[in-house]
Amino acid sequence: MSHGSALPAQRFDWLPLALIPAIALAALPFIPSLPTWVTLTVAGLAMGMMIFMMAAGLTLVFGLMDIMNFAHGVFISVGAYAATSVLLAMKASMQADSLAANLAAIVPAVLAAMALAGFLGWFFERVVIRPVYGDHLKQILVTMGGLIVVEQLIHVVWGPDIIPLPRPATITGSFIVGGAAIERYRVLAVLVGLAVFAAMWLILNRTRLGLLIRAGVENREMVESLGYRIRTLFVGVFIAGSALAGLGGVMWALYQESVNAQIGMQMMVVLFIVLIIGGLGSVGGCFVGALLVGLMANYTGYLAPKLALGSNILLMVLVLLWRPRGLFPVGRG
Amino acid sequence: MFTTLLSGDFPRSRVLAVVLVAILAGLVLAPFVFPGTRSLNVAAKVAVFVLLVASYDLLLGYTGIVSFAHTMFFGIGGYGVGIAMAKLGAGWGNLALGSALALALSAALATAIGLLSLRVRAIFFAMITLAVASFFQILASQLSGFTGGEDGITYKLPELLLPGTKLVETPFLGVELSGRLANYYLVVFAALACFLALLRVVNSPFGRVLLSIRENEFRSEALGYRTVTYRTAANCIGALGATLAGVLYAIWLRYTGPDTTLSFNIMIDILLMVVIGGMGTLYGAAVGATIFVIAQNYLQDLMALASAAAKGVPLLPGLLHPDRWLLWLGVLFIVCVYYFPTGIVGRLREK
Amino acid sequence: MAEALLALAGVNTHIGQYHILQGVDFEVPRAGLTMLLGRNGAGKTTTLRTVMGLWQASAGAIRYDGAEITRRTTPERARLGIAYVPENMGIFAGLTVRENLLLAARSGPPDDRRLEWIFRLFPAMQRFWHAHAGNLSGGQKQMLAIARAIVEPRRLLLVDEPTKGLAPSIIANMIDAFRELKRTETTLLVVEQNFHFARSVGDTVAVMDCGRIVHAGRMADLAADDALQQQLLGLSLQAHQ
Repeated sequence: MSHGSALPAQRFDWLPLALIPAIALAALPFIPSLPTWVTLTVAGLAMGMMIFMMAAGLTLVFGLMDIMNFAHGVFISVGAYAATSVLLAMKASMQADSLAANLAAIVPAVLAAMALAGFLGWFFERVVIRPVYGDHLKQILVTMGGLIVVEQLIHVVWGPDIIPLPRPATITGSFIVGGAAIERYRVLAVLVGLAVFAAMWLILNRTRLGLLIRAGVENREMVESLGYRIRTLFVGVFIAGSALAGLGGVMWALYQESVNAQIGMQMMVVLFIVLIIGGLGSVGGCFVGALLVGLMANYTGYLAPKLALGSNILLMVLVLLWRPRGLFPVGRG
Repeated sequence: MFTTLLSGDFPRSRVLAVVLVAILAGLVLAPFVFPGTRSLNVAAKVAVFVLLVASYDLLLGYTGIVSFAHTMFFGIGGYGVGIAMAKLGAGWGNLALGSALALALSAALATAIGLLSLRVRAIFFAMITLAVASFFQILASQLSGFTGGEDGITYKLPELLLPGTKLVETPFLGVELSGRLANYYLVVFAALACFLALLRVVNSPFGRVLLSIRENEFRSEALGYRTVTYRTAANCIGALGATLAGVLYAIWLRYTGPDTTLSFNIMIDILLMVVIGGMGTLYGAAVGATIFVIAQNYLQDLMALASAAAKGVPLLPGLLHPDRWLLWLGVLFIVCVYYFPTGIVGRLREK
Repeated sequence: MAEALLALAGVNTHIGQYHILQGVDFEVPRAGLTMLLGRNGAGKTTTLRTVMGLWQASAGAIRYDGAEITRRTTPERARLGIAYVPENMGIFAGLTVRENLLLAARSGPPDDRRLEWIFRLFPAMQRFWHAHAGNLSGGQKQMLAIARAIVEPRRLLLVDEPTKGLAPSIIANMIDAFRELKRTETTLLVVEQNFHFARSVGDTVAVMDCGRIVHAGRMADLAADDALQQQLLGLSLQAHQ
């Protein structure tokens, strides 16, 4: 052990980050034209950003409390449905070709989605998860049960059929840059995703709250011994993560232009792949993993549509062979 | 003789013993007591799911690992039979070949998944199996040349097992002795034999090591058991059980498709059955599967009545709508995990 | 004599099915340093963790500063002025030295005088102020763990084996640091295997065996009595000297 003079400088692990451009460049020779590649890359990044929003809460909750919430997907679907109710009620201002009118519908929809998903998260933490702390088996079972029940309740409240959800006028359509058609909505998704990531990064690295969260992910007991109630912290993170998943749900529903009760469950599979790739509990890993998965899905979706999800499983296996605990392994094993 | 058959694992509760005998008698006598097509379908499904759920309980109850890939193995069995029958022709040899290939594929996959992820932790395994299973689901729907895609495949079986075949000219106890009956008894007795074999596994020294690993992984490791090896072996045996269940179901239905084998809904059904019946005892799987399959088929009728009765009350008709039966089983499931972790069988045995 | 700062009476602790503490009675007088000695598995670490509330006592009472704290949560106890340095040091490896200390300072960033005092005790903290704690050496991590516990004045400091795995030269530094700590208002309760260290800094001593206190008295008396050391601590401790 070295003590005395200089320590080795803390090296940020750039390698996993380099995977993102590496995958994008590796896809380039296979895709016939540059504009198509640009379109696909933007689509992949947009998809990745949305996945990141949905997954961020899941990974933080796991890191902080060692809880894997298999029902996290319901926050996505509940958010999507809540927003749909608001947007369909405000149809007129959705269809108006004015940004202000569109925003007047979208802002309340997003707020409703986040509020409802956050509230559901709070309820879930209190009623479903709290009694099974420390017992992984029961956690998985109980949260699966929660998933079933909420999915069924969605059917009761919103009906079993798929609800079409047209995008507001101002963010429909696409524009051309250098021959590449880029959908406006995708650009919006990338911007929102970046904003969310930046906000999370700032909170985690520049505030006392973030310091507490990062410390809690490493060593819960020690944070308690320093006089902080980790429970309170955890409930807050859980609610925020659920609300974020709700936001992701709205974005995803508008992207798909429809909602159905299964989206939560369908997304869970993708979220798990992202978490495993990124390293359980790591927010940075979650971000990188989400972008990788989004890009991969779009390139292979174009080249060999049948293999889209399969390619991500392959990506996951390769990452695990390279780094068995994910790209950015987190403290506790 | 009973001791040998049951591997010394007796029901240890009078009520449970009666229930088990009733299930067995119901299955064996079903063609004669409940002769309708629907009830025979229900009975065959019960037999298959008893095996499927029992093999899952080997993982969940005895080994303490949550897998979401059980329907994948179930599907491999189903598609093994289906593809062999549809592509190679309806002979006994092909039936055996299809089943054998399915079993080999399942064993290989289960070992690979086990070795890749069982050394880490329970949650990791659950997540990986979920991902792999959904990949398989997509694979099956994409390779439509082989699997028939979303529509699945229908096929013929060896002559003896087809409903059109008459085994004996004169009906017995008023029931025609057709190939359908032969098929039914093949499924029921094969499932029963596999169930008894699983009972043997869990009551062997191997089964006791699994239990001790579940109770205290660290200690078992210290005692010199290679926990990863044991868990992987359990994962393998469970997968083989599920594959056999898939083979039997494919034989019974003469159809294999995503909705009858690979669907995630079936995975959830299995979870519900094993938890409600009782984890950690194979009899729980038998009881859970029976109750669930019967509820699935008849609870909806009951709920339709209740829903109609509740007309006019806000929200209640929606909650009682026959399609919402899973809602109530989900609630029951959560209640079971919290308050009756040993399920129905555990409660019966406590008495 | 003033009431002891910390008093355990008949404390029992179960961990799972194991009955670790089987009626622990002892007092930690105000100011000064109390050594808690004993063989491996005697229940020393469990005693500290039970005082900190990381494990709940199943029977008995813990009194701190005149009030019973047996049912208080860990954060509540911390806010009453108890600080804890666990055996594995519990530093946050992904946080910098600065962030580790900042987190421990509950009432805002520590003032310069306090920091200077800490830097005098442990100069490495200043040198590696912005380094990630995970990159520190074992001794530096131990220093950080102690520095973190005293970044604000605390009433009672629980330290579990501060010299474990440290080189002799660093142990000498530790002895100096603990002597400096004793000049403050802080009362210390230290679990130790290293008798040399214990003798150098301890004022009073309690010895545990099989989940009970088997001896309590002045450190100097125990240090002077070879036969008693032999009887209470066996040979294992001699080997550490």
